[in-house]
Amino acid sequence: MPILSTYNLAIGYGKAKTKSIVQQGLNLQLFKGEMVCLLGPNGCGKSTLMRTLAGIQKAHEGKITIDGKSIAEYTQKEIALKIALVLTDRVEVENATVWDIVALGQHPYTRWIGGMTEKGKAKIKDAIRLVNLEHFTSRLFGSLSDGEKQRVMIAKALAQDTPLIFLDEPTAHLDLPNRVEIMMLLHKLAHETGKAIIISTHELDMALQAADRIWLMKSRGGVVSGVPEDLVLNGTFNEVFKSDAYYFNATNGNFSMNYTLSKKISVSSQDKTKLYWTFRALARAGFSVENKAKDHIEITEKGWMYNDKLYESIESLLGELDG
Amino acid sequence: MILLLVLFFAIDLAWGSIFIPLNEVVTTFLGNGTDEINTEILLNFRLPKAITAVLAGASLSVAGLMMQILFRNPLADPYVLGVSSGASLGVALVVMSSGVLLGSAGSWITILAAVAGASVVMLLVVGVSFKVQQAVSLLILGIMFGTIVSSLVGVLQYFSNPDAIKMFIMWNLGSLSAVTWQHLQILTPVILAGLLTVFLIQKRLDGLLLGENYAKALGISIIQTRIIIVLTTSVLAGAITAFTGPIGFVGIAIPHIARGIFKTSSHRILIPTSILMGAILILICDVISQIPTYTLPINTISSLFGAPIIIWVILRKK
Repeated sequence: MPILSTYNLAIGYGKAKTKSIVQQGLNLQLFKGEMVCLLGPNGCGKSTLMRTLAGIQKAHEGKITIDGKSIAEYTQKEIALKIALVLTDRVEVENATVWDIVALGQHPYTRWIGGMTEKGKAKIKDAIRLVNLEHFTSRLFGSLSDGEKQRVMIAKALAQDTPLIFLDEPTAHLDLPNRVEIMMLLHKLAHETGKAIIISTHELDMALQAADRIWLMKSRGGVVSGVPEDLVLNGTFNEVFKSDAYYFNATNGNFSMNYTLSKKISVSSQDKTKLYWTFRALARAGFSVENKAKDHIEITEKGWMYNDKLYESIESLLGELDG
Repeated sequence: MILLLVLFFAIDLAWGSIFIPLNEVVTTFLGNGTDEINTEILLNFRLPKAITAVLAGASLSVAGLMMQILFRNPLADPYVLGVSSGASLGVALVVMSSGVLLGSAGSWITILAAVAGASVVMLLVVGVSFKVQQAVSLLILGIMFGTIVSSLVGVLQYFSNPDAIKMFIMWNLGSLSAVTWQHLQILTPVILAGLLTVFLIQKRLDGLLLGENYAKALGISIIQTRIIIVLTTSVLAGAITAFTGPIGFVGIAIPHIARGIFKTSSHRILIPTSILMGAILILICDVISQIPTYTLPINTISSLFGAPIIIWVILRKK
């Protein structure tokens, strides 16, 4: 049984009179131990869907159930025991250590005085260990890097000890190593702890590699749910991210830009890697590679042969072609 | 810190235009006072004044702390919601429009006028806090209400006679000494109730540190918490302002000093320390203001004395 389901859900913003519906007819299911990446163009309603699923925002139509019960019947406190959030909101807290921030995750379990039980402390410690920040426990939150801060917020969500975790663009503003690390971490968490995790993201290639399932949201066109590879092979990706400027390259899972290729050239080589990168450089310079073209480049071990002259780098070759 | 509080409380009792030695202060309280005038001064003048100082310091500091949490802005103080402007409008209306000098600060009419003015502004702010989505909008609305009210006071001043204006200015400078035992019978329970409320919501205040969205995700009801905070702050700041006139600076300075000294973000610690430090600061200010032959207005001293403390705290951090 799915832990979270939506039935004919319509989402949007505004109140009753001024409401504008962004997406409708959503029927989604989320299972335990599954990491789902929510992808889609800017403005298609990813954040709105996240907020609606988390009960922060009201659905315009349809319903959402967690453990078979509609979230409209949950109190805010009960939702806090089911869903933990990592948001894009900037967090700045003076004098708070990593422990203090993660401890806030235990907030729904403590009494008014905020005293912590041994069990609660163990949960916090565990959460900090899972994100690999043991050595930072008593460091000030403000002194951490952006990547470390994001890990602290994830630890806070873990300390909340909920079966569901939603993360809104957790890897935005991070550099590549940190992005990879966070995605790997979340993937591991979903599989090891059996939590269901939803991540909204723009990192297409990362999502393709790490997600168990992708919810691909079209602008005003609903959400297609599926295993990443299926969505690539059946062309859904290309359909959603349709544009004249680029195309989704199903061969390598990346977006490629559509250059205007006005000139033609032919290339031959034994070295596939060199060939690939030469193609890319030529495309950028406006050349389409065709076997029958008059001009010819021969790639050898020493470099690029063109018009009987040897060029040692692509830069010098491009200089000659442009000239 | 409690010892410091007791110490300054005692000094505040002893120090003044007539110096009363500490041992005599003690004997007086034990009921063995020998000098009747000193006993009179101590029991009916200095003791209520010192108690008022403690109440004012405690409530303004905590009110400032709450405003800084609610607005996530280190420059927020108890008066950002416009409560004190409301109180001053009430007082200005009574003092100036009547054209009659109805008595000094501390007379019941002035107090009632201040309470009425503060309550009107408070109700307005609470009313809009149901409507606005963002705490920042509330901050701006509070400041706007304050500005409107201040302009009205300005208009009133323009049409008033010099005597009335002087009286209003005196009220505006703040005074602890006008508060009598009868006043304290009302002021004390109000302040204590306010402080108790703050203790009851301290856990939510911790949650609010992460911002309203995160707090919501932790199961905290934002609208409800916001209204409790606005209401408590208004009552704490409004009540003190009604009885003593505005006292600047404590509300903004003490929370910073408490955070600076105790290096914590936990309100379980920050609330009681702010209460104690606020009380101590006002007592010190009151002692300083009792320079021989004159008694300087408390509002000027608290700012004069408080601003350098803030500067020191900030510079020390670097």
